[in-house]
Amino acid sequence: MAALINVPSKAKRGDIVEIRTLTSHIMETGFRHTADGNLVPRNIITSFTCRYNGAEIFRADLFPAIAANPYLSFFAVVKESGKFEFEWIGDNGYSSAASASITVE
Amino acid sequence: MPTTRRQFLSLAGGATVAGTIPIVTLRPLEATPAMLNAAIRNVVGEAQIHTGRIKLDIPPLVENGNTVPLTVSVASPMTADDHVKSIHVFNEKNPQPNIGNFYFGPASGRAQVSTRIRLADTQKVVAIARLSDDTFWQIAADVVVTLAACTEEMN
Amino acid sequence: MMSWRAIAAAALFAAAPALLAGEIPPDARRSGYAFMGPDTRAMQEDDTSNPGMLFVLDGEALWAKKTGSAAKSCTDCHGDARSSMKGVAARYPAFDKALGRPVTLDQRINLCRANHQQAIPLPYESHDLLALSAFIAHQSRGTPITAGDDPQAKPFVEQGRALYMQREGQLNLACTNCHDDNFDKRLAGAPITQAQPTGYPLYRLEWQTLGSLERRLRSCMSGVRAQAYDYGSPELVALELYLMSRAHGLPMETPAVRP
Repeated sequence: MAALINVPSKAKRGDIVEIRTLTSHIMETGFRHTADGNLVPRNIITSFTCRYNGAEIFRADLFPAIAANPYLSFFAVVKESGKFEFEWIGDNGYSSAASASITVE
Repeated sequence: MPTTRRQFLSLAGGATVAGTIPIVTLRPLEATPAMLNAAIRNVVGEAQIHTGRIKLDIPPLVENGNTVPLTVSVASPMTADDHVKSIHVFNEKNPQPNIGNFYFGPASGRAQVSTRIRLADTQKVVAIARLSDDTFWQIAADVVVTLAACTEEMN
Repeated sequence: MMSWRAIAAAALFAAAPALLAGEIPPDARRSGYAFMGPDTRAMQEDDTSNPGMLFVLDGEALWAKKTGSAAKSCTDCHGDARSSMKGVAARYPAFDKALGRPVTLDQRINLCRANHQQAIPLPYESHDLLALSAFIAHQSRGTPITAGDDPQAKPFVEQGRALYMQREGQLNLACTNCHDDNFDKRLAGAPITQAQPTGYPLYRLEWQTLGSLERRLRSCMSGVRAQAYDYGSPELVALELYLMSRAHGLPMETPAVRP
């Protein structure tokens, strides 16, 4: 499944940069029923974490009220070149990861 | 008053189109204001909740309640001594009162998050920020959710 | 890291034949984009926030993946889609000589799978079929629509036009009653558009996923309380062809975002 990550490839030391992430996920609420009356079980991403050179800089707990294909935009202060790592964790053992590099001058 | 055919048709048409609610049909399940308050107390405990400092950008009239853009921010220096620890977003009428919890630190640089949410109905959205001094700041916004015409049957 | 540069869509209008009664003149034709609010427009404009791009990414991977008992990928025959598929979706549905009828892009993908890859067809509205058609149609973004220009397609355009004008369902409404006669007005709070299919497959906020023009047509049919035609039926293909020919000259937007 695809994820779209938008991190600037270059920044100046001390800049505050915007990070945007979009990932494929149905985010099934667990409150819907099928035509024959059965409850569709919940299947959502419950947690998202962003680490910058190993240290957590942003984290989110997600609930069924987050729309399908979760979109998150947030910020980070960049002090050195390195790597942003993204991790999505969810129901039924769901886990996916992505990363993006940044050069800080 | 006798119901003429024309009136009947317009009534039937209105009911059909307006009655075709999108996938989430949640009336019996909606969260009550009591549940909203309980969810908020779960986060803030007995602490006092102040008004101000926090900003909530959400369209007052949304085109589809299944995907509503939302941005929450707090004007903060985001230093080790003075920063935003977390932002919590709640709603009044979805089946669950929680929308999301977002955690920051000085390395975030800016206390701002954007996402897209689901709103089952016209309702109030509440955002609360917890600062590094453990004070809580709240803002609320009313959102009108219009029903899309000609939505499909649930499949 | 992946990022896309937004492609500025140029509005191009070509000379059209004489208009029939009730039809929208070429310079008054407007994409559904023009009827949306600023938030939904912003979601479409920026490729890193457009959820339809997730499907385009998946389609790009599928394009290069060997499949079927022939163990061939799309790339093996068509090479780089960025050049070979440019403008293709703007001509679909297109007349197929062997079948003697028009086929949609989805049907063309499945014909390729059957004839060249010896693979089973992908079901309508399945993730993989939507991903492939989104990836292919994305190569035509900005290209003016020319579907229906082929003289062999004309009888089918006419068939589609007749269906578009025909009242149906318990509400006894034809497509034209809303989309030619009443666009710019509102229905249950939502704007009525001109039904110009410029961005399919597209991401509908209501669906929270990508969907085809056929899915949208079937929603309209259930909206007027009519029995919807089956996916891939000659009637839906003819309607799709007519709608595309009616949008002649409007630029492709795939993957569009709509409420």
